[in-house]
Amino acid sequence: MTSIINYISNSAVPVVITLIILYGIKEKTKVFDNFLAGAKEGIEIVFKMFPTLVGIFLAVGLLRSSGVIDLIVKIISPITNLLEIPSQIMPLAILRPISGSASMAVAVDIMQNYGVDTLIGIITSTIMGSTETTFYTIAIYTSVVGIKKTRGILIAALAADIAGMVASVVICRILS
Amino acid sequence: MLNILWPAFIILSVIYALISGKISELNTEIFNSISNAVELSITFLGTICLWNGIMEIAKKTTLIEKLTRFLRPAINFLFPDLKKNETAKQEISMNMIANILGLGNAATPLGLKAMKTMQKENNKKDTLSDSMMMFIVINTASIQLIPTNVIAIRISLNSSNPTGIIVPVWIATIIAAIAGIVLTKILIKKVK
Repeated sequence: MTSIINYISNSAVPVVITLIILYGIKEKTKVFDNFLAGAKEGIEIVFKMFPTLVGIFLAVGLLRSSGVIDLIVKIISPITNLLEIPSQIMPLAILRPISGSASMAVAVDIMQNYGVDTLIGIITSTIMGSTETTFYTIAIYTSVVGIKKTRGILIAALAADIAGMVASVVICRILS
Repeated sequence: MLNILWPAFIILSVIYALISGKISELNTEIFNSISNAVELSITFLGTICLWNGIMEIAKKTTLIEKLTRFLRPAINFLFPDLKKNETAKQEISMNMIANILGLGNAATPLGLKAMKTMQKENNKKDTLSDSMMMFIVINTASIQLIPTNVIAIRISLNSSNPTGIIVPVWIATIIAAIAGIVLTKILIKKVK
């Protein structure tokens, strides 16, 4: 079971790349020129992201090295033990819906400390991949049409995030 | 949000480190955290350039339009009150396909366009319509074929199996999406 899942996981990237290139050839587009144009745009994205990463990595690094994160983890551990969620991932769970860059920094921090291929590392990766910056998404989509009354959509979206996080923990536990 | 959180994190950490006697660890971490940011950015530079390049190939074909056809049944189920609003349906499916392919840059403008189209049919202009609620929840669910950012992070941390999380991510995303859709269907009925 685990080896099949691994096989599919490891085939996804090469298969998607090949299919897209084949589709580009079929429609007679300039495949390599288009690739270069897109890759060039990628440089801009990373350069624009870099200052944010420096700032956020600093803040998160300070939170951990000062012991604030350990303190928070200790305080909430009774709740997380009850839900059988590793308390080390709780800082991520809290920040994930609020800020994309902050949660990325926390995720890197967790995986550096507890290992990237350990259960905690895999759960952290799965949570990062399966959830979104909910607050930000709701804010831009409602503000573009000037809507104030959201009929509780934030609750539904956050509940979905929690479901995704609990699911990540359960799936990773089963597969490990 | 970060204008409040960022200074709070830093001030709180320094004060706590001074009290708990961890100030020298904190001092070292200032410089460590910067190298971490640089290292991650270098890995990102590779993965994001590769993925953006591949997706540019896809964008220059009719692939996105073709794939929207497969979404038809799902769109009709999720957005029953859009019935004959073909423009909105098309924009929503384009946004969903862009999200699935990880084309975040293309997905957001399409999504904003879809919101504006739905707002035209909205009776109460200051309140979200049923379809708008469903659309937002689906966008917060992060349905993605290849979670490139996470893979990049895992590569930068020298994971022995950086792509091994893809299937777990698919399963978790689908569960989150189903939970969001069900809750939204309930909210649509209960909260007017």
